[in-house]
Amino acid sequence: MLELDDDHYATLVAHARDGYPNEACALLGGRDGSVERVYALPNAEASPTFYVVEPKAQLRAMTEMDDLGLDLVGIFHSHVATEAYPSRTDVELAAYPDAAYLILSLADQDAPMLRAFRIRDGQVTEEELRRRTAGQPAPAPREPVPGGLDGR
Amino acid sequence: MAVEVRIPTILRKHTGGEKAVTADGDTVRDLLGDLDRRYPGIAGSLLTGDGALHRFVNVYVNDEDVRFLGALDAKLNDGDVVAILPAVAGGS
Repeated sequence: MLELDDDHYATLVAHARDGYPNEACALLGGRDGSVERVYALPNAEASPTFYVVEPKAQLRAMTEMDDLGLDLVGIFHSHVATEAYPSRTDVELAAYPDAAYLILSLADQDAPMLRAFRIRDGQVTEEELRRRTAGQPAPAPREPVPGGLDGR
Repeated sequence: MAVEVRIPTILRKHTGGEKAVTADGDTVRDLLGDLDRRYPGIAGSLLTGDGALHRFVNVYVNDEDVRFLGALDAKLNDGDVVAILPAVAGGS
């Protein structure tokens, strides 16, 4: 399970929309399955079908996480025209088994859909995502929200 | 040249779980060769069959991406810190 704040969610959606029509990417620092910091980073490939986090920005973000005692709890990218599910390329290049892989689909621009997965040894399993609203504990169980996390 | 090499989680199976190790080399190429002698198999995750740096592996010398320092020919000095990070990459 991964928890993130509404603000984190809004940052990710805005970053994906800024990058459109190319894929956008970000790293999520946190602790114990809870996101504390979003690093919206450049896609060095500037492509609608491919992303590589710009390597120096990746190092800077990871070094800062180390300095703050944060773990890389999530790796985010957008799919501009396909569903929020790991592609074959996503699975082949997944090198961080301890991070959740978050994918935001912008296939329906009015209803972005965010889902999270673990990708380990080529196996994909969906992971629950929870959004925290400021000042409130995480709701449980979560109801589908229009335009929200799972878009169902 | 004795250089500290920071090892990413995914490669620590080669280093007995060590996060950072010491290896020798005047260039990044020599360093990776020495690393592979000390930790057999680790270079296979970093280099292609032709001996080039794998496209989805980032190697940094003192925080600079080696692709801007001559790639595997990048020179090393005593006390340099080399970091290895798998690229964060994918696609739809």
